[in-house]
Amino acid sequence: METYIEIKDAVKTFNGTIQALRGVDLSVKKGEVVLIIGPSGSGKSTLLRSVNRLERLDSGSILIDGESVTDENADIRHIREEVGMVFQSFNLFPHLNVIDNITLSPTVVLKKGKEEAVAQGRKLLAKVGLSDKETAWPEQLSGGQQQRVAIARALAMNPKVMLFDEPTSALDPEMIKEVLDVMTDLAREGMTMLVVSHEMGFARAAAHRIIFMDAGQIVEEAPPETFFTSPREDRTRRFLEHIL
Amino acid sequence: MTKGSPLSGRDPKDSERTTINVTDGTLIPSRDEGGLLSAWNISFFGAVGLLVALPLISPDPYLRILSFVPDGLIATFSVTLSSIFFALIIGLFAGLGRVSQNKAINRVSTIYVEIIRGIPLLVQLFYIYYALGPLLRLQGPPAAILAMSICYGAYMAEIFRAGIQAIPKGQMEAALALGMSRATAMRRIIIPQTVRIILPPIGNEFIALLKDSSLVSILAVSDLLRRGREYASTSFRYFESYTVIALIYLVMTLFFSRLVAMMEEKLRHRGNVH
Repeated sequence: METYIEIKDAVKTFNGTIQALRGVDLSVKKGEVVLIIGPSGSGKSTLLRSVNRLERLDSGSILIDGESVTDENADIRHIREEVGMVFQSFNLFPHLNVIDNITLSPTVVLKKGKEEAVAQGRKLLAKVGLSDKETAWPEQLSGGQQQRVAIARALAMNPKVMLFDEPTSALDPEMIKEVLDVMTDLAREGMTMLVVSHEMGFARAAAHRIIFMDAGQIVEEAPPETFFTSPREDRTRRFLEHIL
Repeated sequence: MTKGSPLSGRDPKDSERTTINVTDGTLIPSRDEGGLLSAWNISFFGAVGLLVALPLISPDPYLRILSFVPDGLIATFSVTLSSIFFALIIGLFAGLGRVSQNKAINRVSTIYVEIIRGIPLLVQLFYIYYALGPLLRLQGPPAAILAMSICYGAYMAEIFRAGIQAIPKGQMEAALALGMSRATAMRRIIIPQTVRIILPPIGNEFIALLKDSSLVSILAVSDLLRRGREYASTSFRYFESYTVIALIYLVMTLFFSRLVAMMEEKLRHRGNVH
């Protein structure tokens, strides 16, 4: 499999003092599902957010499909079209109903026709199991439903890679599964995914590789089976004791 | 002028301290403030009652005054409405400038707001009409509208800025992540949500502007106050003339306050959005 995302020596400091990333190297292959775990403040969200340049690195480089994200002259908007992102707090647009949330960017950014965008939006709503919510307003939906709409909205741009930033952390326990099911389906279809999450069920079901980060560095990485049963590092073992 | 807009409480720095929020809005009643509501009733219907009763009881001079001032009412409203219109446009752009990432634009907008808010409106009116008169060669009404638009534009800019900053950061991030430019995200995502929040403070500014428009009577604008003064100075009925003028202003501001309060309540009851 070819390398799709290539992160080299990523360094990021906040406010001149807090070192969020201290030289991270990571490459993700096409179709690979990589789960990033680690204690809060370990830099995992920063790493994810620098892939579509919501955070700018201080140094280091990131390539997506051979195109530089970190280069000053990069066509970042074009890159973002191909990189879908799902946030912890959903971030649906509250002034637009469900279908408009999904079709806005395809029509405004990709210049698709309204009918084509709506037809595609309906397909995506069916895919995330929310066909009946087409004209609902975000505030009328449960957290799990909002997050599924957010996934459909990201997929409407036909992204080649999807970033998930703690997609289930803001959800009540009974809603987590509906979101993870959608994510698992997506993984099975061969979507390249970079996921920050502590959902070990999803890790076992869908992840190809698990990355453990601490203090801005990658401490250990392994396929799920070896990662959970025989972690190499002490630090990883201690962390796993906390979350398992 | 509105001293603390309802948005000021959203500033995280403010919320840590104990603050009191005194605004022009003390005039604005809401349903849960029964005392204020009845105060509004007494003031409003009292003023309307006086405006009806006084001409009936003594037509001279009250009926004469009332038939003399409507011209001024038209001038007052045309100055107020034109000024609020241009102030909104100036305020939108200056407000966007205040949140712009472009340092030069940001600085220019901030300096504009600081300068304008630091100079009394009356001084600004004099400045545009008299000091810059030879240069601009404006008649009274356009000079008045220009000065009031520039002045209120600065206050509107702060309302737009506060409104934009009140929208959660995640909204802009989600729009950017979907490939939108910052400008598109502003237009399609941020501003539409901002409008809902800033309508009540803009309503307050409208009322404040309506009252402040009486200052333009200093320039050659025959607004409500100036018409009253004209009548008073020819008839020497100062008490009666200014009583009528004061009552008319009171009825107008109380009426619009109620309107703003109703609008605010409607927005609140419709929940967040749509």
